Amino acid sequence: MNMFVFILRRLFQTIPVMIGVTLAVFLMMHLIPGDAAKIMAGENANPDQIEQMRENLGLNDPLHIQYLRFVTNAVQGDLGNSIRTSRPVTEEIFSSRFAITVQLALIGTAAAVLLGLVAGIISATRKYSAADVGIMLVALLGLSLPNFWLGIMLIYLFSVNLGWLPVAGWGTWEHMILPAITLGTGGAAIIARMTRSSMLEVLNQDFIRTAYAKGVSDKVVIYKHALRNALIPVVTVVGLQFGGLLGGAVITETVFAINGLGRLIIDSIRAHDFPMVQGTILVCAVLFVLVNFLVDITYRLINKRIDLN
Amino acid sequence: MAKTVKILEVKGLRTSFFTDEGEVKAVDGVDFSLERGKTIGIVGESGSGKSITSLSILRLIEESTGRIVGGEIMFKGENLLQKSKKQMMAIRGNNISMIFQEPMTSLNPTLTCGEQIAESIRIHQKANRKEAWVKAVDMLRHVGIPSPEKRAKQYPFELSGGMRQRVMIAIALACNPELLIADEPTTALDVTIQAQILELIKKLQEEMGTSLMIITHDLGVVAEMCDKVAVMYCGKVVEYADVKTIFTNPKHPYTVGLLNSVPKHDQDYEGDLAVIPGAVPSPFNLPQGCRFAPRCPHARGICREELPELLDSADGDQVRCWIYSEKWEKQEEEVR
Repeated sequence: MNMFVFILRRLFQTIPVMIGVTLAVFLMMHLIPGDAAKIMAGENANPDQIEQMRENLGLNDPLHIQYLRFVTNAVQGDLGNSIRTSRPVTEEIFSSRFAITVQLALIGTAAAVLLGLVAGIISATRKYSAADVGIMLVALLGLSLPNFWLGIMLIYLFSVNLGWLPVAGWGTWEHMILPAITLGTGGAAIIARMTRSSMLEVLNQDFIRTAYAKGVSDKVVIYKHALRNALIPVVTVVGLQFGGLLGGAVITETVFAINGLGRLIIDSIRAHDFPMVQGTILVCAVLFVLVNFLVDITYRLINKRIDLN
Repeated sequence: MAKTVKILEVKGLRTSFFTDEGEVKAVDGVDFSLERGKTIGIVGESGSGKSITSLSILRLIEESTGRIVGGEIMFKGENLLQKSKKQMMAIRGNNISMIFQEPMTSLNPTLTCGEQIAESIRIHQKANRKEAWVKAVDMLRHVGIPSPEKRAKQYPFELSGGMRQRVMIAIALACNPELLIADEPTTALDVTIQAQILELIKKLQEEMGTSLMIITHDLGVVAEMCDKVAVMYCGKVVEYADVKTIFTNPKHPYTVGLLNSVPKHDQDYEGDLAVIPGAVPSPFNLPQGCRFAPRCPHARGICREELPELLDSADGDQVRCWIYSEKWEKQEEEVR
């Protein structure tokens, strides 16, 4: 099957996922305790005003009509207005917050991939050496440390004590270092362990011996013959990591006081800003689906054997 | 004179693996030689050390577990064991090439067949990408793969086992090596394909004047391909002779046993095929004397006590058996 057909088919497969996502987000609004109209009308609203609000929001229509309206609007980029700021939700999300979170997740993923791959390759090529044991120990640690704790410790060490990096905020590259490490550590640890085991498995295979028998150097065997094969399972992990980082951003953004999507969700939940929560979660979910779609294509590109069957 | 025609001379080669349970002497003092343009067969059961012998020649023993602990491997008069890592890299795939047993797993699944052949050419012949590719396609045609331009762009998983082994042969012969080592090249293939592959190797060997070392447990392959035969048992050569001698006048009881256990087309078998009784001894617990003694129908006292040397016979063949030594007759009397 050629690439174009593959992409098209894979794209069609995201449709049911998207329906599921919108349905979940939509129902969330209706399933949570409390009357949305009551909250949105404000604390001092009288029953008439609440009824008016309910009518305005279309909450009196049958559920499936409401859902269709929600999806139709969402597809057109209308996710309603924020209660707090009265500005359109999409405007709030895409003005700067979306870019910041994606940036953060990208930097976090880059940190995770870079650290993880290097550590994994060193570990695998020096099996059972002190370096290998050390790296795997650090990886285990990195895997076990909770994000919020790591973030606070990093701030304490590098910002408060050493004064090398800013405590919080976003803007310059210096602001990005600590959040990227905080966000990337868990992923780096997983990628390191994955790369190591995958590399070790590949290095034992017959075609590696064939490569050596051809007169290929150690370096080329490792980076061309082995790594290419070892990366196949790692790519999936990286993709999932990236998706996960969008979620992890909630904590990291809170710790570092970064005005991204994660913080927006938290703030909106605190303020009972339903449309805002709904919109942000929807955007995050769509992003996640999109990332997985891209991962599948990458996976296909490096592993020609994958067929859709 | 004799020295110049010998392309490969293995003397006292010893390769061991070091495990938690102790040292495994996989190859324990192996000698044989190969004349330019000729074919030698290394024959033996699984675990006899024949594959390790071939891997030792290219120094492809995994350093983490195994090591060549002694001997000499003279290739064109130079000891390969004294070559640096870099020098060995220049020899591998260029002067000495190797084909492996498993065509299904011996090719890199993420590189096209053409790329894998071209890689060897680029390393050893300083060819650029384009020249190497043209040569790779040429090699595919040479090993009898139809529509080579198309096949070169395909990945190994798109090819059958026989086709893949042809690709392996193309890789091995791409740089016109002087010595080709084929480690059970047909074992994993269908019988009909086996014959084709053997024929192909033979044809290319004749065309290119390559010397061939073929590792096999299939005596049919030996009869078909070889000039000389070294029979191995438990890490040692037990008989080294002309292919004709091996089949018409085998000396070592193990060789005799091997030949007897081959079914013959002109005989009816009502009962079982002849077998060699017993099993190959554990490498951790080798017999003190002759390693074949526990399974040998002729074994006597001395066989169990002392390891026989490789004895030269009048016709230049060698056999590692007490029967052919002067001590044997005395031994017989002792037993009586």
